[in-house]
Amino acid sequence: MTELVRDSLDHCVKCTICETFCPFSQVTPLFPGPKYVGPQAERYRGAGLSPDVSVDYCSGCGICTQVCPQGVKIAEINSQARAQLWEDRGIPLRNQLIARPSVLGRLWTPVAPLANWALQNRAVRLLAHRLGGIHYKAPMPKFAGHTFQRWAKRHRSTVSRRKVVYFHGCGTNYYEPGVGEMVVAVLEHNGFHVRIPPQDCCGLPLQSNGNFPAARKYLRRLIGKLAPYAHDGWPIVANSTSCGLMLKREAREILEVEGEDLEAVSAATHDICEFLLGLHERGELRTDFRSLPLTVPYHAPCQQRGHEIGKPALDLLALIPDLRVIELDADCCGIAGTYGLKKEKYSISMAVGERLFRDVYESGANVVACDSETCRWQIEHGTDVHAVHPVELLYRAYGLDAPVAVSAG
Amino acid sequence: MTYDTVVIGAGLAGLTAALRLAEEGRQVILVAKGVGSTHLAPATIDVLAVDDKSPAEALSKLPSEHPYARLPVEVVAASIEWFKARVAGYRGGLHENFLLPTAVGAVKPSAVVPESMAGGDLRGGGRFVFVGLGLKDFYPAYLAENLDQLADVSARGIELTLSHEGSLDLARRFEQADLREVIARQLNAQLEPDERVGFPAVLGLRHAAEVWRDLEERLERPVFEVATLPPSLPGMRLYEAMSEPLRKAGGRVIIGPTVVAAETSNGRVEGVVVEQAARSTTLRARSFMLATGGFASGGLQLDSRGRIRETVFDLPVAGAPDRPRFLPTYLEEQPLDRVGVAVDEQFRPTDVDGNPRYENLYAAGATLAGAAPWREGSGNGLSVATGYAAATILEGAQ
Repeated sequence: MTELVRDSLDHCVKCTICETFCPFSQVTPLFPGPKYVGPQAERYRGAGLSPDVSVDYCSGCGICTQVCPQGVKIAEINSQARAQLWEDRGIPLRNQLIARPSVLGRLWTPVAPLANWALQNRAVRLLAHRLGGIHYKAPMPKFAGHTFQRWAKRHRSTVSRRKVVYFHGCGTNYYEPGVGEMVVAVLEHNGFHVRIPPQDCCGLPLQSNGNFPAARKYLRRLIGKLAPYAHDGWPIVANSTSCGLMLKREAREILEVEGEDLEAVSAATHDICEFLLGLHERGELRTDFRSLPLTVPYHAPCQQRGHEIGKPALDLLALIPDLRVIELDADCCGIAGTYGLKKEKYSISMAVGERLFRDVYESGANVVACDSETCRWQIEHGTDVHAVHPVELLYRAYGLDAPVAVSAG
Repeated sequence: MTYDTVVIGAGLAGLTAALRLAEEGRQVILVAKGVGSTHLAPATIDVLAVDDKSPAEALSKLPSEHPYARLPVEVVAASIEWFKARVAGYRGGLHENFLLPTAVGAVKPSAVVPESMAGGDLRGGGRFVFVGLGLKDFYPAYLAENLDQLADVSARGIELTLSHEGSLDLARRFEQADLREVIARQLNAQLEPDERVGFPAVLGLRHAAEVWRDLEERLERPVFEVATLPPSLPGMRLYEAMSEPLRKAGGRVIIGPTVVAAETSNGRVEGVVVEQAARSTTLRARSFMLATGGFASGGLQLDSRGRIRETVFDLPVAGAPDRPRFLPTYLEEQPLDRVGVAVDEQFRPTDVDGNPRYENLYAAGATLAGAAPWREGSGNGLSVATGYAAATILEGAQ
């Protein structure tokens, strides 16, 4: 365990603030709470000893660390404890599989219609539920059938001295290439040359599922692709909040990866909304937005809040004329990456999301904004309301979806 | 973004100042490295814990170093009225303290209290029943035995057998009518007509007002809550009741990042440096409100060499004792109790010679020098009054 994480344990005064905010212990007795499985149970763990199985019911949302007034790295402690638990017991096959989105993506993209049919087919899902441990109701995104990388290879970005590297993550690559295209269009609209190096998974799902050695392998490979740009002073933008957070902090604090390359990549990485708002603060963001007469509730995902950058999406969306944004204050949608897909955890995940679903539903809106892909899929699953990345609203307001039509409104 | 004001700290002082400013239309951002003391304290607004006397009267007799001495009593009263107009269901004022029972059966004077606690007022005596719910650290028999020794008070305890749960779980279960139904049925069989009923303060969270009223109806008598050890459900309700209108008024609330330093020039604070996941950034604003609390919450730090620091702006600290720093009489006032940031009439932290250190920096709450909240029973009162007053002055100065 890193000294940083380990040392923080001593600051715990057992005040229980983390317990009052944990969205998971509120809905299930199977997870006794972050303080209990973290700072308290930690003293029973030693080399090769991790007796507390309940830590597996921690989703890793990280809210405990955010609210702790004493700076205890509770979620990080629990994440490392979970890895130790599974190292001792062996990681179930299911968790090995769902933690490799790029393997699944490469496998199914060529036969996307078949895969999508299977994912929507009740009989197949029931089979996967019983044999594979993937809950038959869990939200499964559709494969796009083509990758964002393929689009990127054909795309000629604007020539400009202002340059940016785009880290799009697996969700964009295999499921939502359209989001990637919008990110690129918005950056290019603001005069950037966008470089999209070949890239694979950051290792986050493997980290969440307790396979640290495999996660580190993926992470190091990705760092290797991004580091040359970072060393040359290119900013890196990411639209996946959880994968961006992996590069910014979790690689160092949870996976204990070190080195100059990671440091450079961390320091260069920006969430896309953080990056765009930074431009605006320097007077460099184009504000030729056309009217978007919509009411859109906005949910900041847990991992987005982990960036500790506030909610830049709110400030950006406020620039769009006639767009009314409602800040939602529910803590978590419940999905936590792969957590809510699992048979034994699906109902917990839905119970966690209930408040958010209700708030979205009661807003009466037709569209909801949220930065993280798995959270968007969960929100759509829980509400039937279409969920978009905030960048999509900027893209539409810039008129990039229909460049010719300029409506007088 | 350039904000009008950055408020540092999410305790009651920070929340009060931020809400007051946001309501005036100011662009406010509240940053805190974690959630504040609301979740740990009973959520009563203790102004000054004087028995059988009016807090208003006692306020006017405080020494000049006390933060309250910066404020006319009318301003303290106005802050309380402001608070009561925003957080529903608080009762009382500065004329006389409620006397509320604690979980160990001691008596706690408090000026303004949640309506769900007001029924436990011991002034005038009466017959009280305290109900245990299997909750750790809440023993009704022990509580009752201690209270029973007061004149005019008769008290007894009843322990109901519920499956063992923590206070958070109990609070959520109380929001469901079936638990209230079961409890009311069991109690109604055992209660005497003129007895008031006290529960540990776990009567609901989001729908607490409804839970409390429903229990009063079912039991046909005053029902009240007694503060428990943390987590404090009434404190969690208070946090929600303050932070929600703050967001609705356009204020930003960021919980997580630590404010580690300040950028200053020409006697002004230009920005505060905030640690994020991968780097630090500077939040710029026209003015700044320091509400980081004292030693317990990290607003002040004492190192192993005995040096005391204010952790964001490195402000001079007033009231630091030479030696000894601790006395073996643990329950008496300690030499470090009144250490803090000294402020001028406008709540601006001052240098040793009494001049404001920065013209646009203000301070409120437990970070201020001169008070010993836990001893004098002034914690939340001081936070509301100074948070309100400092925000009012800041607002006027802009």
